[in-house]
Amino acid sequence: MEALLAVSRQMPMLLRASVLNIELLLALVAIGFVVGTSVALCQVYGGRTVRTISGVYEWVFRSIPALVLLFLFYFGPAQFGLRIAPFLAAGLALGLRSSAYQSQIFRGAIQSIPTGQLAAARALGMSRMRAVITIILPQALRLSLPGWSNEFSAVVKDTTLAYAVGLNEIMRAARVVYDRQYELAMPVLLAVALVFLLLTFAGNFILGGVERRWHIPGTETAGGGPQADRSR
Amino acid sequence: MTFDFDWVPQLAQGLVLTVEITAACVALGAALGLLLAVGRVYGRGPIRAVCTTYIHIFRGTPLLVQLAILYFGLPTWGITLSRFTCAVLALGLNSAAYQAEYFRGAIQSVDTGQLAAARALGMSRWRAVGSIVIPQALRLVLPSWSNELILMLKYSSVVFSISLYDLMGVGKRLASRHFRYFEVFLVVALFYLVVVFLISRPLRMLERRIRIPGLGNSAH
Amino acid sequence: METLLCVRDLIKTYGANTVLTGVSFDLARGETKVVIGPSGTGKSTLLRCINRLSAPDSGRVTLDGIEITGHEKSLNRIRTRMGFVFQSFNLFSHLTALGNVRIGPMRVKGMSRAAATELAKEELARVGLSEKADAYPAELSGGQQQRVSIARALAMAPELILFDEPTSALDPELIGEVLDVMISLADDGMTMLVVSHEMGFARSVADEILFMDGGTIVEQAPPEQLFTAPTQPRTAEFLRKITTLYGGDAR
Repeated sequence: MEALLAVSRQMPMLLRASVLNIELLLALVAIGFVVGTSVALCQVYGGRTVRTISGVYEWVFRSIPALVLLFLFYFGPAQFGLRIAPFLAAGLALGLRSSAYQSQIFRGAIQSIPTGQLAAARALGMSRMRAVITIILPQALRLSLPGWSNEFSAVVKDTTLAYAVGLNEIMRAARVVYDRQYELAMPVLLAVALVFLLLTFAGNFILGGVERRWHIPGTETAGGGPQADRSR
Repeated sequence: MTFDFDWVPQLAQGLVLTVEITAACVALGAALGLLLAVGRVYGRGPIRAVCTTYIHIFRGTPLLVQLAILYFGLPTWGITLSRFTCAVLALGLNSAAYQAEYFRGAIQSVDTGQLAAARALGMSRWRAVGSIVIPQALRLVLPSWSNELILMLKYSSVVFSISLYDLMGVGKRLASRHFRYFEVFLVVALFYLVVVFLISRPLRMLERRIRIPGLGNSAH
Repeated sequence: METLLCVRDLIKTYGANTVLTGVSFDLARGETKVVIGPSGTGKSTLLRCINRLSAPDSGRVTLDGIEITGHEKSLNRIRTRMGFVFQSFNLFSHLTALGNVRIGPMRVKGMSRAAATELAKEELARVGLSEKADAYPAELSGGQQQRVSIARALAMAPELILFDEPTSALDPELIGEVLDVMISLADDGMTMLVVSHEMGFARSVADEILFMDGGTIVEQAPPEQLFTAPTQPRTAEFLRKITTLYGGDAR
């Protein structure tokens, strides 16, 4: 079909656009990680006020739809004269949102470490901070891997939402094509779907490998499977 | 910062559409999802393959793409559906794939010994599944299902992209018309937060009410 | 006595493992036979092949002259005539004790809810659990759960009940209440095939003991004869191990 030919001519452009999706994915997951682990530590080891604040933070960023966050972060500052690049706005919005979910994962991992280990570390004479850094954190990071890779593969699809703030990622690129040639809508969109299927497949493959490599023997996560999905 | 409180009724109107779409798509997702899960757990070769493929495709591609395919793609094949139908269909078909996995987990966590006991009483396979496995699975799935309901409520916001004036759509229209993105979307965010809160409470209570002691644990 | 259950040359393999190497025996109406033997010799598999929860590779099982095949509809009908009591009880978690006992008559035999409830109450009374009718399985002790599962089997008015190590999963002090129920069933004339380690029970209730080893029946004889004068060396070996374990007269 000539439609296929027309689409294949657009493929390089679409694939280039998809690189932006991947870049956004990496950026937002990184932001989510840094903020998320900090929030988790606050939740587990912080005082009353710190815990309440971080609790509210988590709840707010989990309960507001991603699109609303995107608009707030991109158009909001513009209203006050501050121009933010679409990529930065999307990275912050989706990144902070991811941090709310990642903090849950990390917190669960920390709490699954038997408390006796912290006591043992203290008994050796370590300060609380040293005990957390040398004993708890390394384990928690490895225990978080299944949940973390789950988050990673869930969020890859969310990057398409960034089209709404003008990022020239794959969905926007596709729209440009079928706005001009509407008869190409179906093939182009199916091509985009295919790209994501491949991304998902590749992602799961790589993450599965990472998980297997760093898995702590003897710790089968009870919550790895039936964990409710959080992204579309 | 100026916020015109005349906007609130309009936003509320949008909220009504949001709730309608969410309810419809989650219902569609539940019905289809249950069928897919049963097909995946108890179905024979081709049926199981079809169900599994469906689930992988709809979970592996973004919702936005699925919506766009229905709204922009189908007309090029001669099928034109209303905006509302496209929205409910896209969200519903998507939700079905996720709900299928939750149902599958719940079905599989019902102790298989009970199925054997039902068969030993002389129940046919389907009767045993329907009378023993499904009632328990429906109870076990409630936490995940509540999560799905709330999630779909938030993701329904994508329908603004096909010019549907749900809460998100109305918000965007108001914000761009008056260039008051910050205020409008803060209020929109507040709306979503309140609705999520209002739904979570009853759902949690429901979870507690239908809980049966020992359900979900294997025999002690 | 007329033969109710007839088992001929049952063979069952799991992968490379032949679990049943040719089992044959008869069970007459009103008889109680107990199957004993070392673990892993296919005793449970035997029971499961009889009511076809597992399909045997070859051999025949006949109930009251009707051959049991894999054919779905006739199989379901035949299963209503055979009760099965599992080692792990397998009560339906979402139903009360009463619910568990009446679901068979209601859903399989088409009884009305009222009639099934009446029947269920009778059977619960028969096993001594009337006051636990509204309890959920998780709220019952192991012994109580197993008695409910016996009531559930009885509610179907079976001609024969298969017991798959009914007391093996129970704490010692709870075994007695289940055995008491089984003894009273035997006294009432129920036809029973029991796989068990309870030698005392076997000795006092069984009409015949079947000793299984290596996937086949090595020896079968009335209890007094088997326990005091076994003809096969393997039987003697097994019995010796059991008595050293339990000391003297096993229970």
